[in-house]
Amino acid sequence: MTSLSYAVSDSATMLRRNLLHARRYPAMTFSTLVMPVIILLLFNYAFGGALGAGIGDGSVKYIDYIAPGIILMSVASGGVGTAVGVSSDLTEGIVNRFRTMAISRASFLTGHVVGGVIQTMTSVVLVVAVALAMGFRPDATALEWLAAFGLLTLLTFALTWLAAGVGLIARNPESASNIPLPFQFLPFLGSAIVPPESMPGGLRWFAEYQPFTPIIETLRGLLMGTPYGNSPVLALAWCAGLGLAGYLWARSRFQRGPVVR
Amino acid sequence: MTMATMAITATGLTKSYGDKVVLDGLDLAIPQGSIFALLGPNGAGKTTTVQILSTLIPADGGRAAVAGHDVAHDGEAVREAIGVTGQFAAVDNLLTAEENLLLMADLNHLPRREGRRRAAELLRRFDLAEAAGGTALTLSGGMRRKLDLAMTLIGDPRVIFLDEPTTGLDPRSRRVMWEIIRDLVTGRGVTIFLTTQYLEEADQLADRVAVLDHGKLVAEGTPQELKRRIPGHHIRLSFADADRLASAAALFDQAATDAETLTLRIPGNGGVPALRAVLDVLDRAAVQAEELTVHSPDLDEVFLTLTGRPHSGALEKEGLR
Repeated sequence: MTSLSYAVSDSATMLRRNLLHARRYPAMTFSTLVMPVIILLLFNYAFGGALGAGIGDGSVKYIDYIAPGIILMSVASGGVGTAVGVSSDLTEGIVNRFRTMAISRASFLTGHVVGGVIQTMTSVVLVVAVALAMGFRPDATALEWLAAFGLLTLLTFALTWLAAGVGLIARNPESASNIPLPFQFLPFLGSAIVPPESMPGGLRWFAEYQPFTPIIETLRGLLMGTPYGNSPVLALAWCAGLGLAGYLWARSRFQRGPVVR
Repeated sequence: MTMATMAITATGLTKSYGDKVVLDGLDLAIPQGSIFALLGPNGAGKTTTVQILSTLIPADGGRAAVAGHDVAHDGEAVREAIGVTGQFAAVDNLLTAEENLLLMADLNHLPRREGRRRAAELLRRFDLAEAAGGTALTLSGGMRRKLDLAMTLIGDPRVIFLDEPTTGLDPRSRRVMWEIIRDLVTGRGVTIFLTTQYLEEADQLADRVAVLDHGKLVAEGTPQELKRRIPGHHIRLSFADADRLASAAALFDQAATDAETLTLRIPGNGGVPALRAVLDVLDRAAVQAEELTVHSPDLDEVFLTLTGRPHSGALEKEGLR
């Protein structure tokens, strides 16, 4: 077999292993899948009355405003599972076993990342389904839906590679689950929950320029038909940049050799 | 012996972590099909040696080859040939014993059917079958170690590294591991590189033993050779009565007599020529001995002699500090 087909088959083996883990450790899987749904319910039903009143001229239903934001939050929080998974593999010594085997070096991380993307995208589908059931009414065409999912998948890949890097530098699984926390809050400080115009100066500036805002705006544009200006370009650039940085970082951390603990 | 029949060679391996010199010019030549034990206290550099030879970490200096491939330049070929069972069981805790073995079969690129066959055989051979249902987390220490070794064996490696394979196991599990390890080499040409801090383990398993201390080999040889190299070795003769004891004592200069047990202790290296010489002297003088025993010092005494420090207790604490 060529080295490329080894890389593919080893990555597939590692992916199977991670999917098996997801079934064996349902607490993590459950929280990844269900947390975003709970947040969606919470924001729409508990806070929606107050928050929704402050948006636009009242012609926009709050669920239509917030659903893309919550979808994005589920993407942002999806990486935690990958960071924890990578970190606990490192603490358990199985990674050193993998390193002494004639397998594709990249397969360990690839398996984790692809597994993470599958889990996160599953939670995205779940959030979309629940939002639709709650009255979310996007006007997107099939092509726009496809583009929206394409963008989300790209972002998920980018964030999951970053999460894999976090898992490699974390001292233990607990800290691996804490380090990505700021990322999970980033959408709050963008236009996910409320428009940035409603925020005070400094925060507003940050909200307008941080990576999640153009991504959310692109998502809203695709799903709801709102104007999105140059957001798609910025969104794609952020995704590609974060993804490349995350991939190169994780790969070089992993190549650096075993962590002597 | 030529290089072709050597499973592992190393010349002048060095490794430091910061100021701490871990390996200080290590030379090894381990023939194929043998069990080699690297013996030393905690912190002597045993695990570092295994990590270098198994391509986990690079050496700072020196060369090493495993199964004919240079570890620095041809790591992939080395990894094809080896199997490693480390000090701490590297099993996947969330998978069952069977799933762990199938994972290793897949990563060894075995055809699915062959992988299943070998996994089933190893589960049976290592008595892991009854525990195959639960995840590895529920296994006992001895079972985990056996599973770890089975995971190493499923790829049919030619050179097997066992880094302290029985550390922390109870005596019964240790015996089981020993039996398994001995069975591995019989008739299959597999080479085993074993590290241990148990002198008895090296004595029980190894064809050759090297004693590692502060990153250097301080002695190498068969367990017997090592024992012979140190004082404390003597031949003990016992006699039927005090007269015979006295006549015998007169024949040997350095002998010590023990009148109470009617024994004579003659210092000697325990080799066949020395034994024959003693028997010849007795024969010529027509003194009949009832019983002859050769007292060999155990490897604890070997270690004390070679390094000037005791092996057990005190040293282990030093290593942990």
